[in-house]
Amino acid sequence: MIEIHHLSKHFGPKVAVDNLSLTVQKGQVLGFLGPNGAGKSTTMRMITGYLPPSAGSITIGGVDMLDNPNTAKAKIGYLPESAPLYADMTVSGFLSFAAELRGLSGAAKKAAVEKAITTCFLEKVRSQSIDTLSKGYRHRTCLAQAIIHDPEVLILDEPTDGLDPNQKDVVRNLIKEMGKTKAIIFSTHILEEVEACCTRAVIIDQGKVVADGTPDELKRRALRAGSVHVKITGSGAAGIAGELARLGHAGRIEDPVTAEDSFQGTVYPKAKTATGALTTEIYDLCRNRNLTLSELHEEPGRLDDMFRELTSQNQV
Amino acid sequence: MRHISIIFKRELAAYFNNPLAYVLIIIFSVLSMGLTFVIGKFLDLNDASLTNFFLFHPWIYMIFGPAIGMRLWSEEHRMGTTELLLTMPISPWQAIVGKFLAACVVLAAALLSTIPIVVTVYILGSPDGQMIFSGYLGSFLVGAATIAITCAISALTRSQISCLLISVCICFLLVLAGFPSVADFLRPTMPWLANLGNGISLWWHQSEMARGLVRLQSLAYLTTLIAFCLYLTSVIIRSKRA
Repeated sequence: MIEIHHLSKHFGPKVAVDNLSLTVQKGQVLGFLGPNGAGKSTTMRMITGYLPPSAGSITIGGVDMLDNPNTAKAKIGYLPESAPLYADMTVSGFLSFAAELRGLSGAAKKAAVEKAITTCFLEKVRSQSIDTLSKGYRHRTCLAQAIIHDPEVLILDEPTDGLDPNQKDVVRNLIKEMGKTKAIIFSTHILEEVEACCTRAVIIDQGKVVADGTPDELKRRALRAGSVHVKITGSGAAGIAGELARLGHAGRIEDPVTAEDSFQGTVYPKAKTATGALTTEIYDLCRNRNLTLSELHEEPGRLDDMFRELTSQNQV
Repeated sequence: MRHISIIFKRELAAYFNNPLAYVLIIIFSVLSMGLTFVIGKFLDLNDASLTNFFLFHPWIYMIFGPAIGMRLWSEEHRMGTTELLLTMPISPWQAIVGKFLAACVVLAAALLSTIPIVVTVYILGSPDGQMIFSGYLGSFLVGAATIAITCAISALTRSQISCLLISVCICFLLVLAGFPSVADFLRPTMPWLANLGNGISLWWHQSEMARGLVRLQSLAYLTTLIAFCLYLTSVIIRSKRA
C-alpha cells in the first residue's frame, strides 16, 4: 500500500533523509521512532506530497506521488505534527470544508462529518469555534479531518503529543482499531505506545533506518534481552557468584551485590536463545546448595534500551 | 473548478467573520468619497464627472490592497495550515486563485459602498455613464493588481506586517512611476524612461480609464500583471518547500 524506495532529502548541504526504503501493507501499523531531528517529520511530509524528495520514489496504492500527486493524496489522511486548524471556523464547519475538498457532497458529506465527529468524540464541541478548543480537542479535530474520507492510508505525526493519559488511550485505541483495515504510519517518542498499537516499528536516526522489525523482535535485540536477574538468599549465598559463572549456559555476570546472606545480580546467557536453559540451571544450583531463590526474572528486552543503543552514539 | 469554489467560500467566510473586512470597506468608502469632496473640491469644480474621485483610488489602493491581501498566505504559514492545504488532493494554483477571488470580492464590496457618490453626481448633473463605468473598471483592475502583488509577497513570509510593508513599497513605486510630476521630471533627459514609467504605472492606467479611455494596452497590462503575480505566488510556494 505504501512503498518508499531510496528516499532522500537534502536541505542545501544538510542531509535530512538518507536513502530510506520501507513498505507498509494494509492491516499494518508502523511505528516510526527516532530522536528529535532524525528525519521522521521530513519523511512523512514527503510521503504525503507536501515536500518534494531530492531522490527516490513514493507509491501509494500503486500510484506514484510525483507523477499523480492528486490521485495519491486522495488515498491519504494526514495529521501533521502541529495539528493545524483554521481557528476562525467551527469544528463541524471545518470538517465539512475538509470533506468537500475530499470530494464529498450532500448527504454523503453530512454522514462522513457525523461519523468523524462520533469516532473522535467531538460531539460536545461540534459547534464551538476552533480557537476556543483545548489542545486535546484540537488534536482530535485534526485527526477527524484525516479520517473523514475513510482513506486507505493514514500518516500521523505524533498523534498523542500533548494529550493527557485518557486522551492518549482514546487515540491509541482508535489507531489500533483502524489499523486492522488500513495501512498506518505514525511517529512517536513514547515507546510504550509502539508496544501498544504497532505491528511493526522502524527506528531512524540521522535520516537513516537503523532498525526495522516487530516490537518483540526489536526488544530481543537489546543488549539486556535474555538476561536473568536473580536474588539468592541463605547461608553461603554470598559466595555463589563463582558457581553461577561456571554454569554451562552462563556468560558474564553484571551488577553483583553481595551481602552477608544474599547475592543478587544479572546473569547473561552465552546465547540469547539459552535463557530458558540458564534459568533451569540456576534453579537446580540453588536447590542443590539448599539456597532460596528469592527473585528470578527473565529480561525480555526493552525498547528504550534498544533505542538508546542504536541512536545514542550519534548524539552530540 | 469545484476546488476553487470551496477555497473561495472558506476564504470569503474568513474575511467576513472578522471585523477587519468591514473596517476596511468603511475606511475605503469614507476616504475615497471624503478626499473627493475635500481635496478634490468636487462641489467647487461644478463638473458632473467622477474623474477626480477615481484618481484618488490608486493612492488608497497602495495601502488598501496590501491590507486586504496580506493575510492570504501569511496567515496560512503562521497557522501551519499550508501543510494541510497542500496535502489535500488539490492543485496549488486552485488554492491561489480561490483565495485571490475572495479578496477581490472584498474589493468589489468596497467599490460598491461608493454608490452614494454615483447617485449624487446623477442628482446634481448629467454625467457620462460610460466614463463612470470605465472608471470603476479601471479602479477594480488596479485594486486587484495591488492585491495580486500582495498575494505573492504574502507567500514569502509568515509575518503579515512584513508583507504589508513590502507590498506597500512595491505598490507605491508602481503608482508613482507614472505620476505627472515624475514623468515630467524624466521626460527632458530620458523620454523612454518616462514612457516606461507610464506603461507600468497603476496611476497612469487608472487615470486613462477614468477619462473614459479603455485601451487594450491598459487591460492587457493589468490582467497580465495579475496573472504574473499569481503565477509568482505558486513558484514561491513550491520553492519554499523544495
